[in-house]
Amino acid sequence: MGAQLRVYKRRIKSISATKKITKAMEMIAASRVVRAQRQVAASTPYASELTRAVGAVATGSTTQHPLTTEAENPTRAALLLITSDRGLAGGYSANVIKAAEQATKALTAQGKEVDTYIVGRKGVAYYGFREFKVTESWTGFTDNPTYADAKKIAGPLIEAVQKDTAEGGVDELHIVYTEFVSMLTQTPVEHRLLPLSMEKTAEETAAKDVIAPLYEFEPSAEEVLDALLPRYVESRIYNALLQAAASKHAATRRAMKSATDNAEELIKSLTRLANAARQADITQEISEIVGGASALADASAGSD
Amino acid sequence: MAAELHVEMVAADRSVWSGKATLVIARTTSGDIGVMPGHQPLLGVLESGPVTIRTSEGGTVVAAVHGGFISFSDDKLSVLAEIAELSDEIDVKRAERALERAKAEADAAAERRADVRLRAVAGAH
Repeated sequence: MGAQLRVYKRRIKSISATKKITKAMEMIAASRVVRAQRQVAASTPYASELTRAVGAVATGSTTQHPLTTEAENPTRAALLLITSDRGLAGGYSANVIKAAEQATKALTAQGKEVDTYIVGRKGVAYYGFREFKVTESWTGFTDNPTYADAKKIAGPLIEAVQKDTAEGGVDELHIVYTEFVSMLTQTPVEHRLLPLSMEKTAEETAAKDVIAPLYEFEPSAEEVLDALLPRYVESRIYNALLQAAASKHAATRRAMKSATDNAEELIKSLTRLANAARQADITQEISEIVGGASALADASAGSD
Repeated sequence: MAAELHVEMVAADRSVWSGKATLVIARTTSGDIGVMPGHQPLLGVLESGPVTIRTSEGGTVVAAVHGGFISFSDDKLSVLAEIAELSDEIDVKRAERALERAKAEADAAAERRADVRLRAVAGAH
């Protein structure tokens, strides 16, 4: 076997092995997307009921609450960035980080200091490498987030919002994550979570059922709101985590699919080259034999 | 009885139970409350405790609810809880073990959780 041919064969073998891996990863990601989507769907009833309840308090009372009142002159904002722990997902992490940087820039332009909170090793690594300040970060659960994880994240954030700005608290809470639109489309989005704009929630409720009923609050509107709002933030963060997980798996699936396709393409062209090299080897061998034979024939003819 | 209310019990990550009922009893922070069809719109904070639902078919469903809310309007009642378990989903032995362990470790929160679970199971039978 010719040296050239051997090199081609070796490359084809190594690419086939890589292709097997990417194909497997693609299929795993595809099944995980389905599971993540199911989780998003399962968490929806809770989130929508909670939104309805918050809307009910908003319309049914004139309660002022630290989590809902806008600071007159907001100077600090917290930004929660949700990335993933693992790569191999195409532009997934890069896109959401870019969105977070844009949001940070916009907030800074409005004269607000930004505290960054990060979920996922990718975001932590990015901010760590650039030595950007990170207030708090969480890693290790982005592939399969649970409600307890969302609670863990929401705790310090709510605390920061409730604290006075002068003592290191924040006036606003923004969240940047990747919204799962469909298997093919995932878009990074930025939302303001707090202060909750009561008008908006009330409008959403009003749009659905024309007359919002007058609720009786047990024990009181303030206490209901006290208990309701943290849960609301938690469920929003939980929803964002789930969507980010679904998006990440979808992005992985797509990235691995194109990797598999590329490997196939490479194998095809390398096989062609290997075939040509084999043909060239054979042709050379034949011409060598023919040349050798005719040289022998010439020699024996000359000796006669 | 013709009047009935529609109940949705949802936990953070799933829908636990939904159906028609004639009476729902839950424990709010200011005491037990029973909701029947035609009740005034209500929004309350729940304590950890069993929630009893008397279904239209005459059966009883008991669930252990760990904190959450009850909201009622237009004969639609929803129980929102971070964690909610139906009594027949609860593993009694595990809850008993958890109770003992919690008592030994003086973990008040865990003790209460296990206690609520056991009471929900006891209430169902």
